[in-house]
Amino acid sequence: MFDYQFLIEVLIGGLLSGVMYSLVAIGFVLIYKTSGVLNFAQGAMLLFAALTFVSLVERGTPFAAALAATLAIMIVLGIAVERTVLRPLVNQPPITLFMATLGLSYVIEGAAQLLWGTQVHGLDIGISDTPFDVAGVLISRLDLFAAAVAGGLVALFALFFRYTRTGLSFRAVADDQFAALAVGLRLPRVWGAVWAVAGIVALVGGLSWGARLGVQFSLSLVVLKALPVLVLGGFDSIAGAIVGGLLVGAIEKLAEVYVGPFFGGGIEVWAAYVVALGFLLIRPSGLFGQKLVERV
Amino acid sequence: MNMFRRLKVTMGAALAVGLAGTLAVHADEQFFPLQSYRVGPYAAGGTGFFGGFIDYLNLINIRDGGVNGVKLTWDEGETQYEVERGVEVYERLKSHPGIAAWNPLSVGIAYAMIDRITKDRVPLITINHGRTDSTDGRVFPYVFPLLLNPYSETSGIVNYIASREGGPDKLKGKKIVVLYHGSPYGKETIPIYKLLSDKYGFSLEQIEVPHPGNEQQSQWLSIRRAKPDYVVLRGWGVMNPVALKTAQKVGFPADHIIGNVWSNSEEDVIPAGDAAKGYIAITTQASGAEYPVLQEVIKTVYGANKGNLDDKKRIGSVYHNLGIVNGILNVEAIRIAQAKFGKRTLTGDEVRWGFEHLQLDPARVEALGAKGLFHSINVTWDNHEGDGRVTFQQWDGSKWKVVSDWIAPDWAFLRPIIEKSSAAYAKEHGIRIRTSGDDPVSQ
Repeated sequence: MFDYQFLIEVLIGGLLSGVMYSLVAIGFVLIYKTSGVLNFAQGAMLLFAALTFVSLVERGTPFAAALAATLAIMIVLGIAVERTVLRPLVNQPPITLFMATLGLSYVIEGAAQLLWGTQVHGLDIGISDTPFDVAGVLISRLDLFAAAVAGGLVALFALFFRYTRTGLSFRAVADDQFAALAVGLRLPRVWGAVWAVAGIVALVGGLSWGARLGVQFSLSLVVLKALPVLVLGGFDSIAGAIVGGLLVGAIEKLAEVYVGPFFGGGIEVWAAYVVALGFLLIRPSGLFGQKLVERV
Repeated sequence: MNMFRRLKVTMGAALAVGLAGTLAVHADEQFFPLQSYRVGPYAAGGTGFFGGFIDYLNLINIRDGGVNGVKLTWDEGETQYEVERGVEVYERLKSHPGIAAWNPLSVGIAYAMIDRITKDRVPLITINHGRTDSTDGRVFPYVFPLLLNPYSETSGIVNYIASREGGPDKLKGKKIVVLYHGSPYGKETIPIYKLLSDKYGFSLEQIEVPHPGNEQQSQWLSIRRAKPDYVVLRGWGVMNPVALKTAQKVGFPADHIIGNVWSNSEEDVIPAGDAAKGYIAITTQASGAEYPVLQEVIKTVYGANKGNLDDKKRIGSVYHNLGIVNGILNVEAIRIAQAKFGKRTLTGDEVRWGFEHLQLDPARVEALGAKGLFHSINVTWDNHEGDGRVTFQQWDGSKWKVVSDWIAPDWAFLRPIIEKSSAAYAKEHGIRIRTSGDDPVSQ
């Protein structure tokens, strides 16, 4: 007999994992939406943030002070990246900008290890990862907390974009850079602010993923989890990053458990990409992405 | 003496002094080219292992003035654990005079070097890892998977589980899940677990975790449904702490998870926090700094500010102690070879002979200050693993604690399987199989 309870458990586990993917994807979306750059260094920024935070805590800095200091460092890092790498490359082809962020990811990873060392670290954010039982289905407290954080982050962004001047300028730049420039918005300032916000998102993602995996070099590999999310949800939609994350999480877990045995297992990584590729063929801009219409 | 003649004499003398100096340097040095990885994703393991290895070489130089007066030297090339970089370092350092052995601590780099080191006639040491069939020295004369190969590791783990259950006959009816890394390394033991399951009558499920293993929810939900008695973790890198954390999420007890030799370090458990408490893993060398050889390293090497680890708290960690043991085995192979060939710089072939006679019984291990650190080794011309014993350590939240005796894998059961594989390799590569230790190595 088909075990529906197990199906529900797999589905919930997948959705909660998907929220974690969304946390990474949001960082990509913010940058892409306002500057058209696919920031491959987001994973490295996530590693840098988590490593900085945990290293400060291990050196005796109180939790709150370490959090504040890391936040400040990530904001400075974001602005510095925009100033020194992206701004000089304005008006270059997208592939040039992408390659610049690819190089940047190696620089940030190397700097993180140079500054804080190569050791791995545990990260305790005060949330126990022991599960609780809901009608036979075990649910992770840490995953629920991460889901709440992701939800809170999206709500904050919604308020920020809707009700603040900076948020409004973000939206204007995202809609049409030339029009925004024409009405007097200072694009470099907006881009600097966006990179700073991406740094904050990297900190949130870094702490959530670091609590899950430990703080170590492979944290930067979580970007690979965000790519199918972006394809599904759209590169320029925060709502798309959330929905895409949930979809990818659910798809890969269900595929691994129910389809994997027919292929010898270990299919979840490429199963998500298969779905993303299929989706690209049908809807290249993703579920929530802006359709690009160009006059030729 | 005219000016031209004086110049000639001076130049001749300078040349003679220079040559003599060069010859003198080369005459009493044995060189270790190190394909280390101190940055990148696996730097934590690389700094520990190569740190321990260098610490031991330094100990021999400072305390004993080298091996019978032959100074040990080394040079490092960064590989970041990448095969192409490892090969590039090999090509860069292979011309250095007096190479003793290569010690890459990387399955990929080791595989890429087998043909090269065989052609160059220099030993390749793959302690605790590498090709299982390279145990057969008849076919792989220059490769030494010292102490443990993947098959004997598998047998050691099953023997340990049997000992916990009250004997091999109690394995019948038990269920074991093997959670393995989705790579050639992870998959290598699939057939051996199957054979051992048939032999002992336990039921077996083998589940793959795709690389890098930072997401394992579905695998552990499947494990929860399968309700196994034990889970064997054959992981690597981030897969290990994630496995332990996800096991906690689905309520699987850590003390019923048995890690393999690449899932047994501090780096594998610290990131998992409390979820790792009680977790057990196999090892060939115990951790801790209480062994006399470690105390000497602390006193002599770190006391002279020549220690290789930046963080002294890592002295005695799993990877550091593996490096120390690797140092002991390399140095003793040189010492044994020197007894036959003379107290001088040896050729790679002579060091190979030393490794093929590397027999350290528990008494010799104790004399080396390593009693309890590792058990013994008995390498012969046709058995390049050397029948290493294994023990099991449990993580208590802050350190590893030995929880078993030294356990012998079932070598008699494994040898025919290894010979079958090595014979196929020999046939494929046109290698003549050696028939005795005196049989010259063919090229």
